[in-house]
Amino acid sequence: MGHLKKDNEFDVIIVGGGITGAGTARDCALRGLKVLLIERHDLATGATGRNHGLLHSGARYAVTDRESAEECIKENMILRKIARHCVEETEGLFITLPEDDLEYQAKFVESCLAAGIRADVIDPKEALLMEPSANPDLIGAVKVPDGAVDPFRLTSANVIDAKLHGATVLVYHEVESLIKDGDTIKGVKVFDHTTKQTKEYYAPITVNAGGIWGQHIAQLAGARINMFPAKGALLIFGHRVNNVVINRCRKPANADILVPGDTICLIGTTSSRVPFEEVDNMYVTADEVDLLLQEGEKLAPKLASTRILRAYAGVRPLVATDDDPSGRNISRGIVLLDHETRDGIKGFISITGGKLMTYRLMAEWATDLVCRKLNVDKACETMEIPLPGSEKENIDEISKKTWSKPGTPHKAVVGRHGNRAGQISMSSEYDASLVCECESASVGEVRYAIEELDVHNLVDLRRRTRVGMGTCQGELCACRAAGMLAEAHKCTETAKQDLQSFINERWKGMYPVCWGDTLRESEYSQWIYSGVCGLTGEGSTEKI
Amino acid sequence: MNMQERNISDNNFEQCIKCTVCTVYCPVVPVNPLYPGPKQAGPDGERLRLKKGLYFDDTLKYCLNCKRCEVACPSGVRIGDIIQSARIRFNTESPKLRDMVLANTDFMGSIATKVAPVVNMTLGMKPVKAIMDCTMKVDSHRTFPKYSQGTFERWYKKNVKNFQDSFPRHVSFFHGCFVNYNYPQLGKDLISVMNALGYGVHLLEKEKCCGVALISNGMIDKAKRNAGVNTESIRKSVYERQMPVIGTSSTCTFTLRDEYPHLLGVANHDVRDYIELATRFIYRLIDEGKVKLVFKKGYKARIAYHTPCHMEKLGWGIFSTELLRKIPGVELTTLDSNCCGIAGTYGFKKENYKVSQAIGKPLFDQIGKLKPDFVACDCETCKWQIEMSTGYQVKNPISILAEALDLISTSEANK
Repeated sequence: MGHLKKDNEFDVIIVGGGITGAGTARDCALRGLKVLLIERHDLATGATGRNHGLLHSGARYAVTDRESAEECIKENMILRKIARHCVEETEGLFITLPEDDLEYQAKFVESCLAAGIRADVIDPKEALLMEPSANPDLIGAVKVPDGAVDPFRLTSANVIDAKLHGATVLVYHEVESLIKDGDTIKGVKVFDHTTKQTKEYYAPITVNAGGIWGQHIAQLAGARINMFPAKGALLIFGHRVNNVVINRCRKPANADILVPGDTICLIGTTSSRVPFEEVDNMYVTADEVDLLLQEGEKLAPKLASTRILRAYAGVRPLVATDDDPSGRNISRGIVLLDHETRDGIKGFISITGGKLMTYRLMAEWATDLVCRKLNVDKACETMEIPLPGSEKENIDEISKKTWSKPGTPHKAVVGRHGNRAGQISMSSEYDASLVCECESASVGEVRYAIEELDVHNLVDLRRRTRVGMGTCQGELCACRAAGMLAEAHKCTETAKQDLQSFINERWKGMYPVCWGDTLRESEYSQWIYSGVCGLTGEGSTEKI
Repeated sequence: MNMQERNISDNNFEQCIKCTVCTVYCPVVPVNPLYPGPKQAGPDGERLRLKKGLYFDDTLKYCLNCKRCEVACPSGVRIGDIIQSARIRFNTESPKLRDMVLANTDFMGSIATKVAPVVNMTLGMKPVKAIMDCTMKVDSHRTFPKYSQGTFERWYKKNVKNFQDSFPRHVSFFHGCFVNYNYPQLGKDLISVMNALGYGVHLLEKEKCCGVALISNGMIDKAKRNAGVNTESIRKSVYERQMPVIGTSSTCTFTLRDEYPHLLGVANHDVRDYIELATRFIYRLIDEGKVKLVFKKGYKARIAYHTPCHMEKLGWGIFSTELLRKIPGVELTTLDSNCCGIAGTYGFKKENYKVSQAIGKPLFDQIGKLKPDFVACDCETCKWQIEMSTGYQVKNPISILAEALDLISTSEANK
């Protein structure tokens, strides 16, 4: 849109910094729109960052939900091309155990093939060669094109590209209300949590990409979307037990997917309905931990003697179908709502439902609708253009091109930032020294994240760089990173508070699985932070 | 169900709680900034390597395999083993000619002992050293240990084998390459001492190089073969001939006991407890009142004892020092716990020379200040390093014992 606009005027405002919002912001920006993306916390804080990180082949949905399965396999192939540094092509196995019905396998394979998903029945022995950690008792195995995807990296890459194409991204900005003019939404009134100021932004279209919280945003517009929050709990193990995704070949049930993700692997999930009021406060119960372990061991017996780092839970944003007046039936696929035709509210659309896997398609649909409303005639290109960092080479090639003698920290940086690693300074001894030793994140990488990737605090930093995600859960790295944040933001007091809340946030995830070495480590952490560093928060009764 | 009671990690590297004390005790870290230290190279790096082999870091080659990190670790993590195993699994570079020459101690030894005077003279010549420095990257500062004329094994068979059966009790002796090819005198000393104590000394049915140099130079297949042969011979000695196995080299002994199962996957749990260092074996006999030692009158020596790294790992330094303290007239100082820097073949390599000497400096300085009559040590490569770097002579405690004992009276006392 060529004509000049004021600073607070945009073509489109997108509410929600999850993968859907980030993907929509990128798509809109690529089509030449002036975009504003607003997020009340940090990027990828909701369901986006709280799932398996599974690059679904779609096989899991093939039997029950053909449409989702077809979408998944198409997007799977696209993400392998456009998001190489966020994706790991691990392959996946669907294993049948003696207690499972082997007849389900035939039905499963047939459904996969019908949905366009490659599904090869392989000999159980071959499956064990492919993934030695899989349960050796398996009686059947099917190989499918599953993989792993890092949702934080994927969201961040979409945001980077949106910004490269002129988008404005405001994190820690919460929508207070929508600015209405009659039956038209003209913009948003937001509260800036950093400066504690209220601001107004205007655009002819506002896109609600709030995930589970989209119900609330729709309410602000005067529309009603019924969400069914479904909690899913997962366990993170201390290292990779498997290098191939292992699924149970049966009807989807609890804890039947084990995914290798970066340096760890995770088992999930459970599924339980939770009241809407609880979606901001998810915790994992002892029963859920037991269930995940018990079922997880059946996929890979080694899990029984592998250290568990933490437990966490996310909320699936399931949406009620519009054609069911009782509001009880759940819509499976992507839900795009044009509130003008649905509710008579102009300038407001909602994009919800769907999955991490189909975020790009969701963004495409939403952007197509935005463009139609704005009379912009430009085709979607996100299925072709690689995300920033994902341009071509593999980790080894990029490392060798960028540094003369790349070591583990250099390769780790490339692993996380792909081609953009070249922008990270690792030349001086200080820049190459490590902030996070478990995950090999350097001073240079942390500085880059603070300066370039909208990092406001330690938790944000963790999502961009994996600082604090390793075995020590912040024991050694959190204070170093807090020091760098204090320097960057020129405020020691804030950094200290931030450090405390970060340690507490790490503890929250360790608490449900705190035994064995994880208990020893947390005791040691406590000793360092409260005993040596004297970090005791006023008003905080929580054990750090 | 209480899952907590069952779900305990049996992955050794996951027992690391990141206290970093290993890195504090690593001798390489302070002198070589390229080395990431045992914590990062070991348990930290392991998680990345399990993700993908490409995260293997070439700088792991700077690890001395001294195992000081393991001695320091309060969580029982076998850090040195993790690092060496990673080198075994992921290192793609094949060993250079130099590494093969340095590592194949028994092959080189068996050739060199046949023409020892020529080899010793040649290796000692300055132009030869210069050529080896340039072409093979063996540092010219280094002096190769002299090869002996004829091996220990040959001497044994010719001179002492025939009367070993006449003693009331028996042990097998793992002599190692150093005794066999370079310094048979140490083996002779051991036989004198053990015979005086009433023990016949026997060779193993088959003995190969323990393989420590093969492991550190990446020749794992050969190391495994040697480990198999040695363990089988030891098993025969222990179970068929009822003879425990003793050695005079702390590193060989350590390798036979711990590196075989940990790094090479050669099981030895049934014989491990029967392999020990001669000093510990003798000390225990004295302690149990089974043997008596009679010393020469007037023996006097000021001795500084250096504890080799693998001796620290074995935890057996105390047996050697206490044994030496039993000698009247010995004034013994145990030197501070420091690595000498040589680490077997490591220090011979040109690229490691500076680091090697920097690591050893505190040890050399302390010896220089103490001005002992000589240094005592249970490791042959520490001996070369200390002799080259300080000018002081280094003797094995068994040789000192052989010198100080009144062998005839001791024999009488133990009849």
